[in-house]
Amino acid sequence: MNAIYILWIRQLKRYVRSRARVVGSLGQPLLFLLGLGFGLGPTFRRAGEGDYIQFLAPGVIGMTILFTAIFSGIELIWDRQFGFLKETLVAPVSRTAIMFGRTLGGATVAVFQGLIVLVICLLAGFRVHDLRVIPVAFVFMILIGIMFTALGTAIASTMADFQGFQLVMNFLVMPIFFLSGALFPLTNVPKVLGFLAAVDPLSYGVDGMRTSFIGIAHFGMATDFAVLSILTAVFLAIGSYMFSRIQL
Amino acid sequence: MIRVEQLVKTFGEVKAVRDISFQVEQGEIFAFLGPNGAGKTTTIKMLTTLLKPTSGTVELDGLDPTVSSNEARKRFGIVFQDPSLDDQLTAYENMGLHAALYKVPRHVRRERIERLLKLFELWDRRDDGVKQFSGGMRRRLEIARSLLHTPKIIFLDEPTLGLDPQTRNQMWTLVKKLNQDEGVTVFLTTHYMEEAERVAQRVAIIDHGQIIAQGTPQELKLQTGTESLEQAFLALTGSAIRDEEATAADTMRAMARIWSGRK
Repeated sequence: MNAIYILWIRQLKRYVRSRARVVGSLGQPLLFLLGLGFGLGPTFRRAGEGDYIQFLAPGVIGMTILFTAIFSGIELIWDRQFGFLKETLVAPVSRTAIMFGRTLGGATVAVFQGLIVLVICLLAGFRVHDLRVIPVAFVFMILIGIMFTALGTAIASTMADFQGFQLVMNFLVMPIFFLSGALFPLTNVPKVLGFLAAVDPLSYGVDGMRTSFIGIAHFGMATDFAVLSILTAVFLAIGSYMFSRIQL
Repeated sequence: MIRVEQLVKTFGEVKAVRDISFQVEQGEIFAFLGPNGAGKTTTIKMLTTLLKPTSGTVELDGLDPTVSSNEARKRFGIVFQDPSLDDQLTAYENMGLHAALYKVPRHVRRERIERLLKLFELWDRRDDGVKQFSGGMRRRLEIARSLLHTPKIIFLDEPTLGLDPQTRNQMWTLVKKLNQDEGVTVFLTTHYMEEAERVAQRVAIIDHGQIIAQGTPQELKLQTGTESLEQAFLALTGSAIRDEEATAADTMRAMARIWSGRK
């Protein structure tokens, strides 16, 4: 427990101390929110779908958490190359505890980034239909955060350096984002796209947040919660297993 | 304190360590020497639970590190060849993190950290980020950290690599002092033969994964009819240059140096 706590704290300290990272990682969501939000807004409205910022905001929050979480997981490669990982691996602590500490730390950072983007969204005109549902949305944010940090850790455990990183970004993270319904409604999309969205874990996260924030559901909140909980457990298990197999 | 018998490690076709045996007595300073790629680091990794041996046995303070790894881990401290500090944290925080990982009792943590940081002349810089530390300060901090959980053995894998003569001198003075005052067993590797000759009571030389000589520096000099340990070493291992292939870690380190503008 002690080890999990101390490694969690470590991630938070590193986050607070790298201001460039905090600011830098907000650039992309801002671009999506303002560029896409205001750019496509009029078209979206003309199509009879209502206010695009309202629709887009949960998607952009989901994107922020996804990217930050995957990066936090991938940070493992950094620790591996620059040595700190060894310090934890020779300590009398189980690998599972190390993995959990890292993952919870990364997920906390990701959720925090998500909250910052939520505030930015509110400033940009996003309106939550009922303030009391914010805790429900928060639960979804936490699940997305843990799930994708665990996924990032699992991937990073198999990589010795950053060579494969571009591959992961372009063939995993970007598709997870684009196919999730973060940017467009999943109703009436072509069957293939609908199927891809249905197997995309982020779809359920975005849908869960959208349902709680503005009351528009695609899968339904119960389905979202069930799918995310199961996947989070599965990814944590896979992440722990991959992490336990790391050899230096 | 350390007993290694018929230890073998193979990576696929490559035999990194082929059937080595040696013992290190309690309270001894033992130097494990060899050219690049001879199997030193692989051996250290097997002794410190980071790698499983292919065959053979290892015993640390009576424990088998492959079976009771957590118990064994409490008994040794290690300073790796490459830095293993978190440079976003301060010196004190790095020590605190280690104390928590090794479950050093809370009531003695502060006092022990203070004593070690003072011993290694880092107390005044305790709240500075490791990022701002010189190579020598980082090394001192790593050695201080490795002693925090009062291990019986410390492993020092090329602890003076890349340091200036003054810092190297100070480092070995401290290591000898620790060994004398606290009776810590020291297992070290180095490429500087004069350092090994100065501090080590016994030496083993490994080449191509096999131990080709062991004894006191004096014995090795006698055996080879040479005047210094360096000459003895060259007489035993030949003077051909060993090139190691750059690993992914080396490439990354080079990249990091370029990015961060460090020397």
